[in-house]
Amino acid sequence: MKALYHVSASPHVRSNTTTAGIMRDVVIALTPACLFGIWQFGFRAFLVLLVSVATCVASEYLFYRVVKRQKGSYECSAVVTGLLLGMNLPASVPLWMPVIGGVFAIIVVKELYGGLGQNFMNPALAGRCFLLVCFASRMASFTVEKGSGVFLNGAAAVDGISSATPLALIKEGAEYSLSDMFFGFTGGVIGETSTLMILIGAAYMVVRGVISLRIPLAYLGSFAVFMLLFGGHGADASYLAAQLCGGGLMLGAFFMATDYVTSPVTPVGRIVFGICLGVLTGIFRVFGSGAEGVSYAIIFCNLLVPLIEKITMPRAFGKGGKQYVRK
Amino acid sequence: MARGTFRGGSHPYDGKELSKDKPTTVLLPKGELVYPVSQHIGAPAKIIVEKGEHVLVGQKLAEAGGFVSACVVSSVSGTVKAIEPRLMVNGTMAESVVVENDGAYETVPGFGEKRDVTKLSKEDIRNYVKEAGIVGMGGAGFPTHVKLTPKNEDEIDYVIVNAAECEPYLTSDYRMMLEETEHLIGGLKIILQLFDHAQGVIAVEDNKPEAIAKLTALTEKEERISVRPLKTKYPQGAERMLIYAVTGRQINSSMLPADAGCIVNNVDSVISIYLAVAESTPLIRRIITVTGDAVADPRNFVVRTGTQYSELLEAAGGFREEPEKIISGGPMMGQALYSLEVPVTKTSSALLALKKDEVAAFAPGACIHCGRCIAACPGQVVPQKLYPAVMRSDYETFEKLNGMECCECGSCTFVCPAKLPLTQAFKQARKSVLDSRRKK
Repeated sequence: MKALYHVSASPHVRSNTTTAGIMRDVVIALTPACLFGIWQFGFRAFLVLLVSVATCVASEYLFYRVVKRQKGSYECSAVVTGLLLGMNLPASVPLWMPVIGGVFAIIVVKELYGGLGQNFMNPALAGRCFLLVCFASRMASFTVEKGSGVFLNGAAAVDGISSATPLALIKEGAEYSLSDMFFGFTGGVIGETSTLMILIGAAYMVVRGVISLRIPLAYLGSFAVFMLLFGGHGADASYLAAQLCGGGLMLGAFFMATDYVTSPVTPVGRIVFGICLGVLTGIFRVFGSGAEGVSYAIIFCNLLVPLIEKITMPRAFGKGGKQYVRK
Repeated sequence: MARGTFRGGSHPYDGKELSKDKPTTVLLPKGELVYPVSQHIGAPAKIIVEKGEHVLVGQKLAEAGGFVSACVVSSVSGTVKAIEPRLMVNGTMAESVVVENDGAYETVPGFGEKRDVTKLSKEDIRNYVKEAGIVGMGGAGFPTHVKLTPKNEDEIDYVIVNAAECEPYLTSDYRMMLEETEHLIGGLKIILQLFDHAQGVIAVEDNKPEAIAKLTALTEKEERISVRPLKTKYPQGAERMLIYAVTGRQINSSMLPADAGCIVNNVDSVISIYLAVAESTPLIRRIITVTGDAVADPRNFVVRTGTQYSELLEAAGGFREEPEKIISGGPMMGQALYSLEVPVTKTSSALLALKKDEVAAFAPGACIHCGRCIAACPGQVVPQKLYPAVMRSDYETFEKLNGMECCECGSCTFVCPAKLPLTQAFKQARKSVLDSRRKK
C-alpha cells in the first residue's frame, strides 16, 4: 500500500464540464456566422477577425505579465471576446480599430475590474460601443470595395449587394428582402448578417447545454411584442420578421445577452433580463435616432444585473410558499 | 404511477454495474474488533464493560448515554482487550471498546429467538429497537427509536422506506432489497404497527427495476404498503427530496420529517428493525459494498460491525492498481480515508477505491456566473452567491442567503465548470454558524 492517499472533503467526483470547454463550444458555435461573414465580405473580414482575436489574447497575456499575476489553465475567454468584437465590426474598418477595441475590451472593461468573472459589462460590446462613440462614421460605413474575386473582396462586392444595412433601409421606408435578411445577403457588420448561421450556432450551444433559452426567448419575445405595439406597423408579420432578423438582434440575443458573467445567474432573473433587453432595444430602434439598438441595450442592461439578481433570488426549498403545514 | 422527483440535482457517473450483480457474501472478522461509543448523532454511549471482561455476541458494550443516543452491542464473542481512543473514518480519534475475537461467536441467551410481532405493544417494539442500538443507516446515524417516537404519533401519514440509493457506486441497499425482501417488508409492517393512520411507501429509484418488480410482487396483497418508483437523479435519497418526491410536501432544514407527517427510514435500518423485533437480533452487522476501479474484485459483504476496513479490502482481492483516493461511503458524500485501519460502524456503507482523484486533476478557476450550481441545487439556494460570502467569512450574508438550507449533497461542486470547492466551503460555514449559535 502506498504511504499517502489523497484526502479531501466530499464530493470526490467532478463533471467533465470545464470553463475552457464551454469557451471552446462558444467558439465552435460562432464559426458558421464567421465563415459566412468571410465568404461575404472577403479576406478583409478575415483580417479584421484575426486582428481582433490576436489583440484580445495578446492584451490579456501582456496584462498578466505586467501585473505579475499567475494565470491558471488557459480558458480561451479572450478568444471569445476577440471573435465577438470582430464580428461586431464592419469589414471595411481600418485594422487599427479592432486593435483599439480589443485593448479597451480586455484591459479596461475586463482586467481592470478583476479579470474573468468580475467585469460588469460585456467586454466585446463595450469595445464596440467605445469604437462607435469615437469613430462613428467609420463604424457606420459598410461600403464594400467593388472588385472581381470572391476570395479577396467577398460575395457582397461581386453580387453588388447594397452597402446600407437593412435596418437603415427599413427606417427610411425603402424596400427590403426578407429572405436575403434571413440568409444574410445584406450589408452589416461581419457576424450579424446571416440569421440562419447564427441560429445554427445557437442550436449547437443549446444542444451542448452551454446556454438556456431563457434570455434569448424572453428577449426576442418581448422585443416582438414591443414592436407590435409601438413599431407603427401594426401586425405586419413581414415587418416584424425583418426587425427580428435585421441588425445585431440575433447575434446579440443568442451570443452576447447570454454571456454568463454579465447576465443574471438566477433563472427568473434571466427572463426579467431578457424582457428588459427586448423593451430597451425596441425603444432604441423605434424612438432612437439610429436604426440599431442591440449593443446599447445589452450593455445598459448589464448594469441592471445586480439589481435583477437581488429581486429574483429563488426561495429556498421548504421555506415559505408551498411549505407543508399540518392542519 | 408517475415517477416522483424533485427540482435540481445532477447525474454523476453511477458505477453501480461494478457490484450490483454480486450477491452478498458473509465476511467473518479475523483480528480485533473496534466499537466506538459515538456511532450516532447525540450523546456518546456509556461504556459498561471493563478491560479483560469476556463478552458474548449480542451483549451490550455501552449503554445509551441519553434520550438521543444509542447503545453499542458486541458483534463477536471474546475478551475486552482495551478501552482507548481509536482512529475513526472521519479522521478523528474516538473512545472505543476493543474486543479480541475468540472465533466462537457464542451468543447471549435468547439471541435469535423468534417473536410473534403482531402480539407486541407499541412500547415493546420501541424498546426492542432501542435495545438493539439501531440508528439511521443512510449515513446520519440518528437513533431510530427516537425517530419512531414523534410527538405527533397520530398525525403520521407516511412511513417511507428510503430505498433510493442515489449515491453512486453503492449497491448494498439494492442487494438487500433483492436478498432480504421479506425482512424489509416485515420491518415496514412493524413500523406501521406504531402508526395507525400511516401508509407505508417503499421509494426506489427507477435504475433498480428488478428490486421494484420483486417488491411490487411481494407487497401486492398488502393494503397499507405500496412501492413508488422515483426518477434516477442525485440526491434523490436526501430525506427532504425524498419526502417531496413521494408526498409533495416540502420541509426546510429546521423541520423534522414528522412535521410533514412522515417517518423516513433507510433500507438496512428497516431490515434491522425486523431482525431486532422479530428475531431478537441486535444491530451487529452491516452490508458493505467494496468497489471502485482500483479494487480487484468489487463485491458486497455482510460484515460484523467493528471489523477493520483493511479486512474488507483483502476479501475483495486487494487493489488491482494503486488508488489515489480511498473513500468510506460514496463519491458524493463519503469520507476520504488516509488509513484502512478504521472500523466498520453502524453507518458505514461502502469502501470505494478510485484510481484517479478527480479533485486533484482540476485546479479551481474563476467563477463565470454560468448558473449551473443554481440549477443543480436541490435546496434551491444560490451557491454562486454563497461562496464569495464564505470566502470573506461573511456568515451573516451566508445565513441571509439561506446557506443553512444547504444539505451538503455536493451537486453544485460536481457541476461547477470552474471546479470551485463550493460544498466544502458551505460545510465549513455551516459548522461555524452552528458553533456560534451553540455558544449563545
